[in-house]
Amino acid sequence: MAKQEKDATFVGDSRVSAKRIPNISPSYSDFPGKTEPFWPNFLLKEWMVAAVCLVGFLVLTVSHPSPLTDKANPNDTSFVPLPDWYFLFLYQMLKYPWAAGDWVVFGTIVVPGVAFGALLLAPWLDTSKERRPSKRPVATGLMMTALVGIFYLTWAADHEHSLNHPSSKDSGGAGHGSSAAAPAPADSSFTADAVWKAQTSCMGCHGKNMEGGMGPNLQKIGEKYDATQIADIIKNGKAPGMPGGLIKDDAEIAKLAEYMATLK
Amino acid sequence: MLQKMYDWVDERLNITPMWRDLADHEVPEHVNPAHHFSAFVYCFGGLTFFITVIQILSGMFLTMYYVPDIINAYESVKYLQNEVAFGVIVRGMHHWGASLVIVMMFLHTLRVFFTGAYKKPRELNWVVGMLIFFVMLGLGFTGYLLPWDNTAYFATKVGLEIANSVPIIGPYAKTLLTGGEIVGAQTLSRFFAIHVFFLPGALLGLLGAHFVMIRSQGISGPL
Repeated sequence: MAKQEKDATFVGDSRVSAKRIPNISPSYSDFPGKTEPFWPNFLLKEWMVAAVCLVGFLVLTVSHPSPLTDKANPNDTSFVPLPDWYFLFLYQMLKYPWAAGDWVVFGTIVVPGVAFGALLLAPWLDTSKERRPSKRPVATGLMMTALVGIFYLTWAADHEHSLNHPSSKDSGGAGHGSSAAAPAPADSSFTADAVWKAQTSCMGCHGKNMEGGMGPNLQKIGEKYDATQIADIIKNGKAPGMPGGLIKDDAEIAKLAEYMATLK
Repeated sequence: MLQKMYDWVDERLNITPMWRDLADHEVPEHVNPAHHFSAFVYCFGGLTFFITVIQILSGMFLTMYYVPDIINAYESVKYLQNEVAFGVIVRGMHHWGASLVIVMMFLHTLRVFFTGAYKKPRELNWVVGMLIFFVMLGLGFTGYLLPWDNTAYFATKVGLEIANSVPIIGPYAKTLLTGGEIVGAQTLSRFFAIHVFFLPGALLGLLGAHFVMIRSQGISGPL
Protein backbone atom coordinates (compact mmCIF):
# COMPACT_ATOMS: atom_id res chain seq x y z
CA MET A 1 0.00 0.00 0.00
CA ALA A 2 1.09 3.48 -0.77
CA LYS A 3 2.25 5.60 2.13
CA GLN A 4 -0.60 7.63 3.55
CA GLU A 5 -0.12 11.05 5.04
CA LYS A 6 -0.64 11.28 8.78
CA ASP A 7 -3.74 13.41 8.53
CA ALA A 8 -5.28 11.35 5.72
CA THR A 9 -8.94 10.61 6.23
CA PHE A 10 -10.67 7.42 5.26
CA VAL A 11 -14.15 6.25 4.46
CA GLY A 12 -15.42 4.66 7.66
CA ASP A 13 -12.96 2.17 9.05
CA SER A 14 -11.79 1.18 5.56
CA ARG A 15 -8.50 2.00 3.89
CA VAL A 16 -10.22 3.86 1.07
CA SER A 17 -9.14 7.50 1.06
CA ALA A 18 -11.89 10.01 1.70
CA LYS A 19 -10.24 12.45 -0.68
CA ARG A 20 -11.87 12.23 -4.10
CA ILE A 21 -9.91 12.50 -7.32
CA PRO A 22 -11.75 14.27 -10.14
CA ASN A 23 -12.64 11.88 -12.96
CA ILE A 24 -11.43 14.04 -15.83
CA SER A 25 -8.94 13.46 -18.59
CA PRO A 26 -5.73 15.49 -18.43
CA SER A 27 -4.77 17.70 -21.32
CA TYR A 28 -2.70 16.04 -23.98
CA SER A 29 -1.34 19.31 -25.33
CA ASP A 30 1.98 18.72 -23.54
CA PHE A 31 2.61 15.53 -25.48
CA PRO A 32 4.54 15.65 -28.76
CA GLY A 33 2.68 15.58 -32.07
CA LYS A 34 -0.87 14.37 -32.27
CA THR A 35 -0.85 12.16 -29.21
CA GLU A 36 -4.34 11.34 -28.04
CA PRO A 37 -5.89 9.62 -25.05
CA PHE A 38 -6.62 5.95 -25.25
CA TRP A 39 -10.15 6.47 -23.93
CA PRO A 40 -12.30 7.28 -25.74
CA ASN A 41 -10.56 8.69 -28.81
CA PHE A 42 -8.28 5.86 -29.78
CA LEU A 43 -10.41 2.98 -28.55
CA LEU A 44 -13.20 4.14 -30.86
CA LYS A 45 -10.86 3.86 -33.84
CA GLU A 46 -9.60 0.52 -32.64
CA TRP A 47 -13.18 -0.71 -32.45
CA MET A 48 -13.78 0.41 -36.01
CA VAL A 49 -10.77 -1.61 -37.20
CA ALA A 50 -12.00 -4.57 -35.14
CA ALA A 51 -15.48 -4.27 -36.64
CA VAL A 52 -14.09 -4.34 -40.18
CA CYS A 53 -12.00 -7.40 -39.32
CA LEU A 54 -15.00 -9.06 -37.70
CA VAL A 55 -17.05 -8.60 -40.87
CA GLY A 56 -14.31 -10.19 -42.97
CA PHE A 57 -13.99 -12.97 -40.43
CA LEU A 58 -17.72 -13.68 -40.47
CA VAL A 59 -17.82 -13.68 -44.27
CA LEU A 60 -15.09 -16.33 -44.22
CA THR A 61 -16.94 -18.32 -41.58
CA VAL A 62 -20.23 -18.28 -43.46
CA SER A 63 -18.73 -19.00 -46.87
CA HIS A 64 -16.40 -21.76 -45.67
CA PRO A 65 -18.02 -23.99 -43.05
CA SER A 66 -15.36 -25.69 -40.99
CA PRO A 67 -14.44 -29.14 -42.26
CA LEU A 68 -15.38 -32.40 -40.61
CA THR A 69 -14.14 -35.64 -42.15
CA ASP A 70 -15.34 -39.09 -41.17
CA LYS A 71 -15.23 -40.25 -37.59
CA ALA A 72 -11.76 -41.26 -36.46
CA ASN A 73 -11.02 -44.80 -37.54
CA PRO A 74 -7.65 -46.06 -36.34
CA ASN A 75 -7.87 -49.00 -38.76
CA ASP A 76 -8.12 -46.75 -41.77
CA THR A 77 -4.64 -47.30 -43.16
CA SER A 78 -5.27 -45.27 -46.28
CA PHE A 79 -5.78 -41.95 -44.56
CA VAL A 80 -2.98 -39.54 -45.33
CA PRO A 81 -2.32 -37.45 -42.23
CA LEU A 82 -1.53 -33.78 -42.48
CA PRO A 83 -1.07 -31.43 -39.53
CA ASP A 84 -2.72 -28.05 -39.31
CA TRP A 85 -1.17 -25.60 -41.75
CA TYR A 86 0.93 -23.70 -39.22
CA PHE A 87 2.81 -26.87 -38.28
CA LEU A 88 3.46 -27.82 -41.90
CA PHE A 89 6.92 -26.27 -42.09
CA LEU A 90 8.13 -28.38 -39.17
CA TYR A 91 6.46 -31.46 -40.60
CA GLN A 92 8.01 -30.90 -44.01
CA MET A 93 11.48 -30.39 -42.58
CA LEU A 94 11.34 -33.80 -40.95
CA LYS A 95 10.90 -35.38 -44.38
CA TYR A 96 14.35 -34.35 -45.58
CA PRO A 97 17.11 -36.92 -45.21
CA TRP A 98 19.27 -34.60 -43.09
CA ALA A 99 16.45 -34.31 -40.57
CA ALA A 100 15.06 -37.84 -40.61
CA GLY A 101 16.14 -41.36 -39.75
CA ASP A 102 19.47 -41.24 -37.95
CA TRP A 103 19.40 -37.47 -38.14
CA VAL A 104 15.91 -37.04 -36.73
CA VAL A 105 17.33 -35.40 -33.61
CA PHE A 106 18.62 -32.69 -35.88
CA GLY A 107 15.10 -32.08 -37.20
CA THR A 108 13.19 -32.37 -33.93
CA ILE A 109 15.61 -30.72 -31.52
CA VAL A 110 18.54 -28.92 -33.07
CA VAL A 111 16.91 -26.83 -35.78
CA PRO A 112 13.67 -25.89 -33.95
CA GLY A 113 15.58 -25.53 -30.69
CA VAL A 114 18.12 -23.13 -32.14
CA ALA A 115 15.50 -21.20 -34.09
CA PHE A 116 12.97 -20.80 -31.30
CA GLY A 117 15.68 -20.43 -28.67
CA ALA A 118 17.25 -17.59 -30.63
CA LEU A 119 13.84 -15.99 -31.03
CA LEU A 120 13.11 -16.29 -27.32
CA LEU A 121 16.49 -14.83 -26.41
CA ALA A 122 16.55 -12.21 -29.16
CA PRO A 123 16.85 -9.26 -26.72
CA TRP A 124 20.10 -10.71 -25.34
CA LEU A 125 21.51 -11.69 -28.73
CA ASP A 126 20.82 -8.37 -30.37
CA THR A 127 21.92 -5.95 -27.69
CA SER A 128 22.81 -2.88 -29.72
CA LYS A 129 20.78 0.26 -29.08
CA GLU A 130 19.97 0.52 -32.79
CA ARG A 131 16.34 -0.27 -33.63
CA ARG A 132 16.09 0.30 -37.37
CA PRO A 133 16.05 -2.99 -39.31
CA SER A 134 18.54 -1.61 -41.82
CA LYS A 135 21.01 -0.79 -39.02
CA ARG A 136 21.07 -4.33 -37.60
CA PRO A 137 21.68 -6.46 -40.67
CA VAL A 138 22.38 -9.70 -38.80
CA ALA A 139 19.06 -9.80 -36.96
CA THR A 140 17.14 -8.66 -40.01
CA GLY A 141 18.96 -11.08 -42.30
CA LEU A 142 18.41 -14.06 -40.03
CA MET A 143 14.72 -13.28 -39.65
CA MET A 144 14.33 -12.85 -43.40
CA THR A 145 16.06 -16.17 -44.02
CA ALA A 146 13.82 -17.85 -41.45
CA LEU A 147 10.74 -16.33 -43.06
CA VAL A 148 11.73 -17.49 -46.54
CA GLY A 149 12.44 -20.95 -45.10
CA ILE A 150 9.08 -21.14 -43.33
CA PHE A 151 7.15 -20.00 -46.38
CA TYR A 152 9.04 -22.35 -48.65
CA LEU A 153 8.63 -25.38 -46.38
CA THR A 154 4.93 -24.70 -45.91
CA TRP A 155 4.47 -24.39 -49.64
CA ALA A 156 6.57 -27.52 -50.29
CA ALA A 157 4.55 -29.57 -47.80
CA ASP A 158 1.29 -28.55 -49.38
CA HIS A 159 2.62 -29.02 -52.89
CA GLU A 160 4.01 -32.45 -52.13
CA HIS A 161 0.80 -33.49 -50.45
CA SER A 162 -1.33 -32.44 -53.40
CA LEU A 163 1.05 -34.15 -55.85
CA ASN A 164 1.13 -37.46 -54.02
CA HIS A 165 -2.46 -37.56 -52.90
CA PRO A 166 -4.50 -35.49 -55.29
CA SER A 167 -7.68 -37.21 -54.15
CA SER A 168 -7.14 -36.76 -50.46
CA LYS A 169 -5.96 -33.19 -50.63
CA ASP A 170 -9.24 -31.76 -49.50
CA SER A 171 -9.77 -34.21 -46.71
CA GLY A 172 -6.30 -33.49 -45.38
CA GLY A 173 -5.43 -31.07 -42.63
CA ALA A 174 -5.47 -27.90 -44.64
CA GLY A 175 -8.60 -29.06 -46.35
CA HIS A 176 -12.14 -28.01 -46.79
CA GLY A 177 -14.29 -30.94 -45.75
CA SER A 178 -14.49 -34.31 -47.31
CA SER A 179 -14.67 -34.53 -51.05
CA ALA A 180 -15.53 -37.32 -53.38
CA ALA A 181 -12.39 -38.77 -54.84
CA ALA A 182 -14.56 -40.29 -57.48
CA PRO A 183 -13.79 -40.05 -61.16
CA ALA A 184 -17.47 -40.63 -61.80
CA PRO A 185 -19.98 -38.39 -60.08
CA ALA A 186 -21.71 -40.14 -57.22
CA ASP A 187 -25.21 -41.31 -57.94
CA SER A 188 -27.20 -40.54 -54.85
CA SER A 189 -30.08 -42.78 -55.84
CA PHE A 190 -27.79 -45.80 -56.06
CA THR A 191 -28.17 -48.22 -53.18
CA ALA A 192 -25.55 -50.87 -52.56
CA ASP A 193 -26.40 -54.48 -51.98
CA ALA A 194 -26.32 -56.06 -48.53
CA VAL A 195 -23.11 -57.85 -49.56
CA TRP A 196 -21.43 -54.45 -49.70
CA LYS A 197 -23.10 -53.08 -46.60
CA ALA A 198 -21.69 -55.91 -44.53
CA GLN A 199 -18.17 -54.65 -45.23
CA THR A 200 -17.59 -51.77 -42.84
CA SER A 201 -13.92 -51.50 -43.71
CA CYS A 202 -14.82 -50.91 -47.36
CA MET A 203 -17.55 -48.45 -46.52
CA GLY A 204 -15.13 -46.36 -44.49
CA CYS A 205 -13.44 -45.11 -47.63
CA HIS A 206 -15.77 -45.86 -50.51
CA GLY A 207 -18.96 -44.81 -48.77
CA LYS A 208 -22.15 -46.48 -47.66
CA ASN A 209 -23.45 -46.74 -51.19
CA MET A 210 -20.09 -46.87 -52.96
CA GLU A 211 -20.39 -43.18 -53.68
CA GLY A 212 -16.75 -42.64 -52.81
CA GLY A 213 -15.08 -40.64 -50.09
CA MET A 214 -11.44 -41.04 -49.34
CA GLY A 215 -11.44 -43.84 -51.91
CA PRO A 216 -12.95 -43.65 -55.37
CA ASN A 217 -16.57 -44.13 -56.35
CA LEU A 218 -17.25 -47.80 -57.13
CA GLN A 219 -20.79 -47.57 -58.38
CA LYS A 220 -19.74 -48.55 -61.92
CA ILE A 221 -16.66 -50.56 -61.09
CA GLY A 222 -17.82 -53.46 -63.23
CA GLU A 223 -17.06 -51.43 -66.36
CA LYS A 224 -13.40 -51.36 -65.43
CA TYR A 225 -12.61 -54.67 -63.80
CA ASP A 226 -13.99 -58.19 -63.84
CA ALA A 227 -14.60 -60.30 -60.76
CA THR A 228 -11.11 -61.84 -60.60
CA GLN A 229 -9.41 -58.46 -60.88
CA ILE A 230 -11.64 -57.00 -58.19
CA ALA A 231 -10.95 -59.96 -55.91
CA ASP A 232 -7.23 -59.43 -56.46
CA ILE A 233 -7.48 -55.75 -55.54
CA ILE A 234 -9.44 -56.54 -52.39
CA LYS A 235 -6.88 -59.14 -51.42
CA ASN A 236 -3.65 -57.38 -52.28
CA GLY A 237 -4.60 -53.72 -52.34
CA LYS A 238 -3.84 -51.17 -55.02
CA ALA A 239 -1.50 -48.21 -55.00
CA PRO A 240 -1.68 -45.55 -53.80
CA GLY A 241 -4.45 -45.74 -51.23
CA MET A 242 -6.16 -49.11 -51.25
CA PRO A 243 -4.89 -51.43 -48.52
CA GLY A 244 -5.06 -55.17 -49.03
CA GLY A 245 -6.05 -57.90 -46.63
CA LEU A 246 -8.93 -56.11 -44.94
CA ILE A 247 -11.22 -59.06 -45.69
CA LYS A 248 -9.72 -62.33 -44.57
CA ASP A 249 -12.31 -64.81 -45.77
CA ASP A 250 -11.77 -65.84 -49.43
CA ALA A 251 -15.37 -66.89 -49.92
CA GLU A 252 -16.52 -63.49 -48.76
CA ILE A 253 -14.12 -61.79 -51.16
CA ALA A 254 -15.40 -63.89 -54.05
CA LYS A 255 -19.00 -63.06 -53.21
CA LEU A 256 -18.27 -59.34 -52.97
CA ALA A 257 -16.17 -59.29 -56.14
CA GLU A 258 -18.89 -61.11 -58.04
CA TYR A 259 -21.44 -58.56 -56.96
CA MET A 260 -19.22 -55.61 -57.77
CA ALA A 261 -18.39 -56.94 -61.24
CA THR A 262 -22.08 -56.73 -62.09
CA LEU A 263 -22.18 -53.00 -61.46
CA LYS A 264 -22.12 -51.36 -64.87
CA MET B 1 -28.48 8.84 -12.10
CA LEU B 2 -25.51 7.10 -13.67
CA GLN B 3 -23.23 9.71 -12.15
CA LYS B 4 -24.79 9.12 -8.73
CA MET B 5 -24.27 5.37 -9.01
CA TYR B 6 -20.68 5.97 -10.02
CA ASP B 7 -20.10 8.33 -7.10
CA TRP B 8 -21.68 5.84 -4.71
CA VAL B 9 -19.29 3.08 -5.80
CA ASP B 10 -16.36 5.50 -6.00
CA GLU B 11 -16.88 6.68 -2.44
CA ARG B 12 -16.62 3.11 -1.20
CA LEU B 13 -13.96 1.66 -3.49
CA ASN B 14 -12.10 4.67 -4.88
CA ILE B 15 -12.28 3.40 -8.44
CA THR B 16 -11.41 6.68 -10.14
CA PRO B 17 -7.62 6.19 -10.02
CA MET B 18 -8.05 2.77 -11.58
CA TRP B 19 -10.40 4.13 -14.20
CA ARG B 20 -8.08 7.04 -15.05
CA ASP B 21 -5.22 4.60 -15.25
CA LEU B 22 -7.04 2.59 -17.90
CA ALA B 23 -8.34 5.56 -19.83
CA ASP B 24 -5.51 8.03 -19.63
CA HIS B 25 -2.59 6.35 -21.25
CA GLU B 26 -1.45 8.26 -24.25
CA VAL B 27 -1.48 6.90 -27.80
CA PRO B 28 1.45 8.50 -29.63
CA GLU B 29 1.02 9.76 -33.15
CA HIS B 30 3.41 7.23 -34.70
CA VAL B 31 1.23 4.24 -33.76
CA ASN B 32 -2.06 5.84 -34.75
CA PRO B 33 -3.24 4.77 -38.21
CA ALA B 34 -5.55 7.78 -38.30
CA HIS B 35 -2.45 9.97 -38.66
CA HIS B 36 -0.06 7.71 -40.54
CA PHE B 37 -1.69 4.91 -42.48
CA SER B 38 1.48 2.82 -42.30
CA ALA B 39 0.92 2.64 -38.54
CA PHE B 40 -1.65 -0.09 -39.19
CA VAL B 41 1.18 -2.52 -38.45
CA TYR B 42 0.71 -1.53 -34.82
CA CYS B 43 -2.86 -2.91 -34.93
CA PHE B 44 -1.90 -6.57 -35.01
CA GLY B 45 -1.39 -6.93 -31.28
CA GLY B 46 -4.82 -5.53 -30.56
CA LEU B 47 -6.36 -7.71 -33.25
CA THR B 48 -4.67 -10.78 -31.80
CA PHE B 49 -6.31 -9.99 -28.48
CA PHE B 50 -9.63 -9.33 -30.18
CA ILE B 51 -9.59 -12.71 -31.88
CA THR B 52 -8.41 -14.36 -28.67
CA VAL B 53 -11.54 -12.97 -27.00
CA ILE B 54 -13.62 -14.39 -29.85
CA GLN B 55 -11.88 -17.74 -29.38
CA ILE B 56 -12.64 -17.78 -25.67
CA LEU B 57 -16.29 -16.85 -26.19
CA SER B 58 -16.92 -19.24 -29.10
CA GLY B 59 -15.05 -21.97 -27.22
CA MET B 60 -17.27 -21.48 -24.20
CA PHE B 61 -20.33 -21.89 -26.38
CA LEU B 62 -18.87 -24.98 -28.07
CA THR B 63 -18.44 -26.73 -24.72
CA MET B 64 -22.19 -26.42 -24.18
CA TYR B 65 -22.60 -29.15 -26.80
CA TYR B 66 -19.26 -30.86 -27.13
CA VAL B 67 -18.77 -34.17 -25.29
CA PRO B 68 -15.13 -35.15 -24.75
CA ASP B 69 -15.27 -38.91 -25.12
CA ILE B 70 -14.45 -41.06 -28.10
CA ILE B 71 -17.97 -42.40 -28.57
CA ASN B 72 -19.75 -39.06 -28.57
CA ALA B 73 -17.14 -36.46 -29.49
CA TYR B 74 -17.54 -36.84 -33.24
CA GLU B 75 -21.31 -37.16 -33.03
CA SER B 76 -21.61 -34.08 -30.84
CA VAL B 77 -19.51 -32.01 -33.24
CA LYS B 78 -21.57 -33.29 -36.15
CA TYR B 79 -24.77 -32.42 -34.31
CA LEU B 80 -23.40 -29.01 -33.45
CA GLN B 81 -22.38 -28.48 -37.06
CA ASN B 82 -25.59 -29.67 -38.69
CA GLU B 83 -28.46 -29.38 -36.22
CA VAL B 84 -27.82 -26.68 -33.64
CA ALA B 85 -28.99 -23.19 -34.57
CA PHE B 86 -25.92 -21.14 -35.59
CA GLY B 87 -23.74 -24.05 -34.52
CA VAL B 88 -22.02 -23.96 -37.88
CA ILE B 89 -21.19 -20.28 -37.33
CA VAL B 90 -19.89 -20.74 -33.80
CA ARG B 91 -17.76 -23.72 -34.74
CA GLY B 92 -16.65 -21.91 -37.89
CA MET B 93 -15.55 -18.90 -35.87
CA HIS B 94 -13.57 -21.11 -33.51
CA HIS B 95 -12.05 -23.09 -36.37
CA TRP B 96 -11.05 -20.15 -38.55
CA GLY B 97 -10.26 -17.97 -35.56
CA ALA B 98 -7.64 -20.51 -34.54
CA SER B 99 -5.84 -19.92 -37.83
CA LEU B 100 -6.44 -16.19 -37.78
CA VAL B 101 -5.04 -15.76 -34.29
CA ILE B 102 -1.82 -17.46 -35.41
CA VAL B 103 -1.62 -15.17 -38.43
CA MET B 104 -2.22 -12.03 -36.37
CA MET B 105 0.23 -13.11 -33.70
CA PHE B 106 2.82 -13.88 -36.35
CA LEU B 107 2.40 -10.41 -37.86
CA HIS B 108 2.51 -8.80 -34.41
CA THR B 109 5.73 -10.68 -33.62
CA LEU B 110 7.28 -9.56 -36.90
CA ARG B 111 6.28 -5.95 -36.26
CA VAL B 112 7.88 -6.03 -32.82
CA PHE B 113 10.95 -7.75 -34.21
CA PHE B 114 11.54 -5.45 -37.15
CA THR B 115 10.93 -2.27 -35.16
CA GLY B 116 13.41 -3.52 -32.57
CA ALA B 117 10.83 -2.98 -29.85
CA TYR B 118 12.14 -5.94 -27.82
CA LYS B 119 15.27 -4.08 -26.80
CA LYS B 120 16.04 -2.70 -23.39
CA PRO B 121 13.93 -2.12 -21.31
CA ARG B 122 11.32 -4.38 -22.93
CA GLU B 123 13.18 -7.72 -22.92
CA LEU B 124 10.83 -9.38 -20.45
CA ASN B 125 7.74 -8.44 -22.40
CA TRP B 126 9.25 -10.03 -25.51
CA VAL B 127 9.91 -13.25 -23.60
CA VAL B 128 6.35 -13.30 -22.26
CA GLY B 129 5.13 -12.68 -25.82
CA MET B 130 7.11 -15.65 -27.09
CA LEU B 131 5.64 -17.81 -24.32
CA ILE B 132 2.17 -16.68 -25.42
CA PHE B 133 3.16 -17.77 -28.93
CA PHE B 134 4.04 -21.26 -27.70
CA VAL B 135 0.85 -21.52 -25.65
CA MET B 136 -1.14 -20.58 -28.74
CA LEU B 137 0.59 -23.28 -30.78
CA GLY B 138 -0.19 -25.73 -27.98
CA LEU B 139 -3.82 -24.67 -28.07
CA GLY B 140 -3.83 -25.24 -31.82
CA PHE B 141 -2.30 -28.68 -31.48
CA THR B 142 -4.59 -29.88 -28.69
CA GLY B 143 -7.72 -28.35 -30.19
CA TYR B 144 -7.10 -30.08 -33.49
CA LEU B 145 -7.83 -33.52 -32.01
CA LEU B 146 -11.10 -32.63 -30.34
CA PRO B 147 -13.52 -33.15 -33.28
CA TRP B 148 -12.26 -36.74 -33.33
CA ASP B 149 -12.48 -37.14 -37.08
CA ASN B 150 -9.89 -38.84 -39.27
CA THR B 151 -8.02 -35.60 -39.98
CA ALA B 152 -7.74 -34.90 -36.27
CA TYR B 153 -6.85 -38.42 -35.29
CA PHE B 154 -4.06 -39.04 -37.77
CA ALA B 155 -2.56 -35.57 -37.49
CA THR B 156 -2.33 -36.01 -33.74
CA LYS B 157 -0.85 -39.45 -34.16
CA VAL B 158 1.88 -38.04 -36.37
CA GLY B 159 2.45 -35.16 -33.97
CA LEU B 160 2.86 -37.54 -31.05
CA GLU B 161 5.20 -39.76 -33.06
CA ILE B 162 7.37 -36.71 -33.71
CA ALA B 163 7.31 -35.88 -29.99
CA ASN B 164 8.27 -39.48 -29.28
CA SER B 165 11.35 -39.24 -31.47
CA VAL B 166 12.83 -36.52 -29.27
CA PRO B 167 15.61 -38.08 -27.20
CA ILE B 168 15.21 -38.65 -23.46
CA ILE B 169 12.11 -36.53 -22.76
CA GLY B 170 10.24 -37.53 -25.93
CA PRO B 171 8.71 -40.79 -24.68
CA TYR B 172 7.71 -39.15 -21.39
CA ALA B 173 6.05 -36.28 -23.20
CA LYS B 174 4.19 -38.70 -25.43
CA THR B 175 2.99 -40.77 -22.48
CA LEU B 176 1.92 -37.65 -20.65
CA LEU B 177 -0.13 -36.50 -23.63
CA THR B 178 -1.61 -39.84 -24.75
CA GLY B 179 -2.16 -41.21 -21.27
CA GLY B 180 -1.36 -44.71 -22.45
CA GLU B 181 -0.03 -46.77 -25.28
CA ILE B 182 -2.42 -45.65 -28.00
CA VAL B 183 -4.15 -42.49 -29.11
CA GLY B 184 -7.54 -43.23 -27.62
CA ALA B 185 -10.08 -42.38 -24.96
CA GLN B 186 -7.51 -41.20 -22.44
CA THR B 187 -5.78 -39.04 -25.05
CA LEU B 188 -8.98 -37.25 -25.94
CA SER B 189 -9.73 -36.53 -22.27
CA ARG B 190 -6.23 -35.18 -21.73
CA PHE B 191 -6.24 -33.03 -24.84
CA PHE B 192 -9.63 -31.67 -23.80
CA ALA B 193 -8.38 -30.82 -20.31
CA ILE B 194 -5.21 -29.22 -21.68
CA HIS B 195 -7.09 -27.30 -24.35
CA VAL B 196 -9.89 -26.04 -22.10
CA PHE B 197 -8.28 -25.62 -18.68
CA PHE B 198 -4.49 -25.74 -18.54
CA LEU B 199 -3.48 -23.71 -21.57
CA PRO B 200 -6.23 -21.05 -21.37
CA GLY B 201 -5.28 -20.54 -17.73
CA ALA B 202 -1.65 -20.10 -18.69
CA LEU B 203 -2.68 -17.87 -21.58
CA LEU B 204 -4.73 -15.52 -19.39
CA GLY B 205 -1.90 -15.19 -16.89
CA LEU B 206 0.63 -14.45 -19.61
CA LEU B 207 -1.69 -11.99 -21.35
CA GLY B 208 -2.19 -10.19 -18.05
CA ALA B 209 1.56 -9.91 -17.59
CA HIS B 210 1.95 -8.79 -21.22
CA PHE B 211 -0.57 -5.97 -20.77
CA VAL B 212 0.67 -4.84 -17.36
CA MET B 213 4.17 -4.55 -18.79
CA ILE B 214 3.15 -2.61 -21.86
CA ARG B 215 1.11 -0.24 -19.68
CA SER B 216 3.90 0.41 -17.22
CA GLN B 217 6.58 0.80 -19.90
CA GLY B 218 4.54 2.45 -22.60
CA ILE B 219 4.78 1.67 -26.28
CA SER B 220 8.20 1.99 -27.88
CA GLY B 221 9.02 5.29 -29.51
CA PRO B 222 9.17 6.04 -33.22
CA LEU B 223 12.10 4.63 -35.18
